[in-house]
Amino acid sequence: MDKILLIIQREYLTRVSKKSFWIASILVPFLIAGIYAIPLYFALNSNDTKTVEIVDESGLFKDKIKSKGDITYKFINDSYKVAKDGLEKSKSDILVSIPKDILTNPDGVKIVGKESVGFGIQNDIENAIQTELRNIKLKNANIDLKVLEDNKVSVSASTFTLKDDGKEESSSSKGAIILGGLFGFILYMSAFLYGSQVMNGVIEEKSNRIIEVMISSVRPFQLMMGKIIGVGLVGITQFLLWGVLTFGASTATTAIMSGKIEAKAKAMTQSGATKAEVTKMEKDLSSKNPLSEVSQTIESVSLAKIILCFLLFYIGGYLIYSSLFAAVGAAVENASEAQQFLLPVTIPIIVSFLLFTEIMEHPNGNLAFWASMFPLTSPIDMMIRLPFGVPNWQIALSLFFLILGFIGTTWLAGKIYRVGILMYGKKISWKEIAKWVVYKG
Amino acid sequence: MSNILEAQHVVKRYAEHTALNDVSIEVPTGSIFGLLGPNGAGKTSLIRIINQITAPDEGQIILNGERLQPKHIEDIGYLPEERGLYKKMKVGEQLLYLAQLKGMKKAEAMEKLKAWFIKFDIKDWWDKNVEDLSKGMQQKTQFIATIVHEPKLIILDEPFSGFDPINANLLKDEILELKQRGTTIIFSTHRMESVEELCDNIALINKSKVVLHGGKKEVKNRFKDNSYTIQFTGNLPNDNGVFEVLNTQNLEDGIIQAHIRNTQEVPVNQLINSLIQKVELKSFNENIPSFNDIFIKVVGGEANELL
Repeated sequence: MDKILLIIQREYLTRVSKKSFWIASILVPFLIAGIYAIPLYFALNSNDTKTVEIVDESGLFKDKIKSKGDITYKFINDSYKVAKDGLEKSKSDILVSIPKDILTNPDGVKIVGKESVGFGIQNDIENAIQTELRNIKLKNANIDLKVLEDNKVSVSASTFTLKDDGKEESSSSKGAIILGGLFGFILYMSAFLYGSQVMNGVIEEKSNRIIEVMISSVRPFQLMMGKIIGVGLVGITQFLLWGVLTFGASTATTAIMSGKIEAKAKAMTQSGATKAEVTKMEKDLSSKNPLSEVSQTIESVSLAKIILCFLLFYIGGYLIYSSLFAAVGAAVENASEAQQFLLPVTIPIIVSFLLFTEIMEHPNGNLAFWASMFPLTSPIDMMIRLPFGVPNWQIALSLFFLILGFIGTTWLAGKIYRVGILMYGKKISWKEIAKWVVYKG
Repeated sequence: MSNILEAQHVVKRYAEHTALNDVSIEVPTGSIFGLLGPNGAGKTSLIRIINQITAPDEGQIILNGERLQPKHIEDIGYLPEERGLYKKMKVGEQLLYLAQLKGMKKAEAMEKLKAWFIKFDIKDWWDKNVEDLSKGMQQKTQFIATIVHEPKLIILDEPFSGFDPINANLLKDEILELKQRGTTIIFSTHRMESVEELCDNIALINKSKVVLHGGKKEVKNRFKDNSYTIQFTGNLPNDNGVFEVLNTQNLEDGIIQAHIRNTQEVPVNQLINSLIQKVELKSFNENIPSFNDIFIKVVGGEANELL
């Protein structure tokens, strides 16, 4: 037992003391914070205002289209041709031509820019014309605009799950999808990230020829488990660092950004924007933060339960996959040779992630149920299902299968490992590996 | 003298072949034991069983009078033929780790290692990365790792392969010193000159079987063919009642060298007596076979039998 602790310690310390570990641990949270902050930043700092000249041949829109936000509209009386020729020298950026027959030919609008016209501004101009055109048409049809506005309703339903005791429990599907996807993805990533670290560690020991010295001091199984646990702890450390740093970085960005949103709101109010417009801007910007929906879901499915299950399935899944990765590492002599043997290990991981959409649509369907029971897919698929609410007995059964699966795979991996690590210069086939499993001592 | 190690009727089979077929050897305590044999004979298989890396299919290993068990790992120091180190680890750190895996306490291991670093004059290596060491330096490091826990039995698999002459000599000296201190050393090799120099006892394994086993002298005696090399002046008759002349060669100053065989197996004095009656004897030596001769005779002979 002392020896396995020594091995765990070495495996852990050599990895954690590597520069690459710290670079990855620090860089990833800042990338995440950046992904969240950069769009916000650009949304807040898009200062370039555009002046749009409108040649309204129909005469229907004159002064009805109001300057808004970054776009200033200017109606001119020149003909389209004159205006177009003059655009180059004028201060305006864009020229819009509204045809005479706009009421019957709404596709006849032309937008000409000094530079190519961006998608966003095209959209804004189209919307402005569209809204006004609609108003004109409604008016022509004798429909009172006020009545129409009053009849605009928006339905927003809250979803609930009926519990055994007859109570309704609030559940947010949207948040569940994000949360399930997040957990599934973390497991998926970890399986590959740390599983392959275990595999490379085994290959390294084999190609360094240290392996025989090692197993004359410790049992092969101890060495394998020590490596698996050591790398697993590295993974946990890295996730903790990621968690803390991501939280810190996104709190910081949120603080900075909300300061900026406030400043912008103030500026808007001063420049005469209505209160509704300011609120809309604030809402638009804060909706770019995906965490708000998730926190709502975490409240609805007990947070403690989710974290506990995540830990259990994470550990179980990691042990299963990494022992298989270790077996592959022992069977081969270099990483490129490992590819062909990795397929049966990676396929269940990829499949369980591909089932994502199916499980999202039918979280309690047959496929979702069995995928969350089978030990090679359950770690990922149960985590995807969990935020939708899974009965406790199913979780318990799945964990039971997971433990059985873990014992089975480590036993199998141990057998392959024990023989494989001493095999040099031999082309390994599946048949050969099958033989190793039945070898005695 | 008691035996530190006994292998009793050990059999090890792999899918396609039998690596060890009813192998029995006895290694006396405090001796240097040569495990000889051509490549692929089964030496490494036997060594791996003694190190409990694999288990025998039949038979057993007795260490110090006890059946081999996990606790014995600490009594054995093993330098495999395929030897290596963790490349990214520091030398001192690595040796400390390996020593602890052999059951040493950290402080004790540190103390012993420091002594070895001083002895080998490599104090400034402690914080070096293994990958920055030359091959010879790595070999020294590996040797320290093998013996630092002061095992009763040291097993060296082809220890001289890949060693430069200086390190090979250092290794030889260390082996002899360890023997002085009562340590038993088993080494496998197919280099016979090191066997002549170092071994007290040998076992020759060929094609999974022990074909020769015993003390160095005893084995050599078994392969003596009662032949002698003599140098003389005068006329030696070809045929004589006591000896037979195998060949002659003229040396300088009228001295002739001849190989003769004691055909009647008479005592040596009588042989000399019959010689000095006919010639003037300058030198007289018994032909003792070298291990190289024995090895070729036994291994080659068996190969011929099979043909």
